[in-house]
Amino acid sequence: MLNVGKIEEGFVLDHIKAGKSMSIYKHLGLDKLDCTVAIIKNARSGKMGKKDILKVECDINTLNLDILGFLDHNITVNVVKNCEIVQKLPLSLPKEIRNVLKCKNPRCITSIEQELPHIFVLTDEAKEIYRCKYCEEKYGSKDSFKI
Amino acid sequence: MRHLMSPLDFSTEELDRLFTLAEDIEQNPARYAHACEGKKLATCFYEPSTRTRLSFESAMLNLGGSVLGFSDANSSSAAKGESVSDTIRVISCFADICAMRHPKEGAPMVAASRSSIPVINAGDGGHQHPTQTLTDLLTIRAIKKRLDNFTIGLCGDLKFGRTVHSLINALVRYENIHFVFISPEELTIPDYIIEMLREKNVSFQEVRKLEEVMPDLDILYMTRVQKERFFNEEDYVRLKDYYILDKEKMELAKSDMIVLHPLPRVNEISVEVDDDPRAVYFRQVQYGVYVRMALLLTLLGIEG
Repeated sequence: MLNVGKIEEGFVLDHIKAGKSMSIYKHLGLDKLDCTVAIIKNARSGKMGKKDILKVECDINTLNLDILGFLDHNITVNVVKNCEIVQKLPLSLPKEIRNVLKCKNPRCITSIEQELPHIFVLTDEAKEIYRCKYCEEKYGSKDSFKI
Repeated sequence: MRHLMSPLDFSTEELDRLFTLAEDIEQNPARYAHACEGKKLATCFYEPSTRTRLSFESAMLNLGGSVLGFSDANSSSAAKGESVSDTIRVISCFADICAMRHPKEGAPMVAASRSSIPVINAGDGGHQHPTQTLTDLLTIRAIKKRLDNFTIGLCGDLKFGRTVHSLINALVRYENIHFVFISPEELTIPDYIIEMLREKNVSFQEVRKLEEVMPDLDILYMTRVQKERFFNEEDYVRLKDYYILDKEKMELAKSDMIVLHPLPRVNEISVEVDDDPRAVYFRQVQYGVYVRMALLLTLLGIEG
């Protein structure tokens, strides 16, 4: 059994689908932050069998977690202060996502201009539908066209 | 500074003002003959479209302004690999307003986000063609004297036909419009439009045969099956002659029904229909110039 110590302040992202923690790590931009991160892969889980966990030691105001709502709304976000969980954040779909999905429409301007950010706007919250800001191509949050 | 990317960029009240201005231009062209003196319009056309480009150029010349630009991507810096963002920054130094057509969807929006002059979307791929929509609306308003309470049939390529998509988006804002979508199975209206109509509770029906709905229509909007939208030549050949509007079908229509077409026509409307007073597609071209004149004045802020 592997033990990872408590964090002083930051987030514990629990119930990440097994094997997906590196993807979450990348989309949260943790590679660009100068903070301590523990990536726990394939941890035992009564509910899920196997799961991943991310522990991020950081000022809780520095990290924008909106994207988690899009990537996987089953993730549990625990906010930690003074080594204690002080809050569980509800996840909701972000209004706009940037460089997470890649537009698959071959007629979209993003297909030829590589430097453009791939921006998707939430157009139907109930159905979890996003549309490309440029060409309005539709994407469900379950579609796997992630960058 | 305002741009025009979609017909929805203007509220219905703003459209009313625009159409009133266009009608005044039609009645009093001399009053506007020098309104844009000293102003330059850049027509940046990355794909060929003589009609739309000439309509814009005619509109600016009628207002006393000048025009410059290019008419296909090969004669622009795009052939050297320049991005749309860079091109518009350069064009902004040459002109006061830009009309852009691009085969890629969203390209004019990218241009608008980097531009220091107003950008008009003159058609982006199969996506939007707002000035055609303004033309269509002005034509309907001028002839039918209203923009509400009618049944409109849209016939032909409803999948890739951007004029159709733009027109639907614009018309759903008016009261009591019933849409009839007439297309072959392969070219049906995209799901996002159907979704939008359902959400807004707008009535519509989808049919395959033009004849069966002709008697119900107040307006018939014909479209061409566009070769350039197909990746596969075989599909194009199979679908291009699916609907042909002829005298026989016109006999089934109401006496005050009107036929619109964004042009160019290939063979989807038989030439024998041209003399029918209900065929208004050539008048529509003229309204296109008036509405573009009104649009140039409005976006340049020299209205009135």
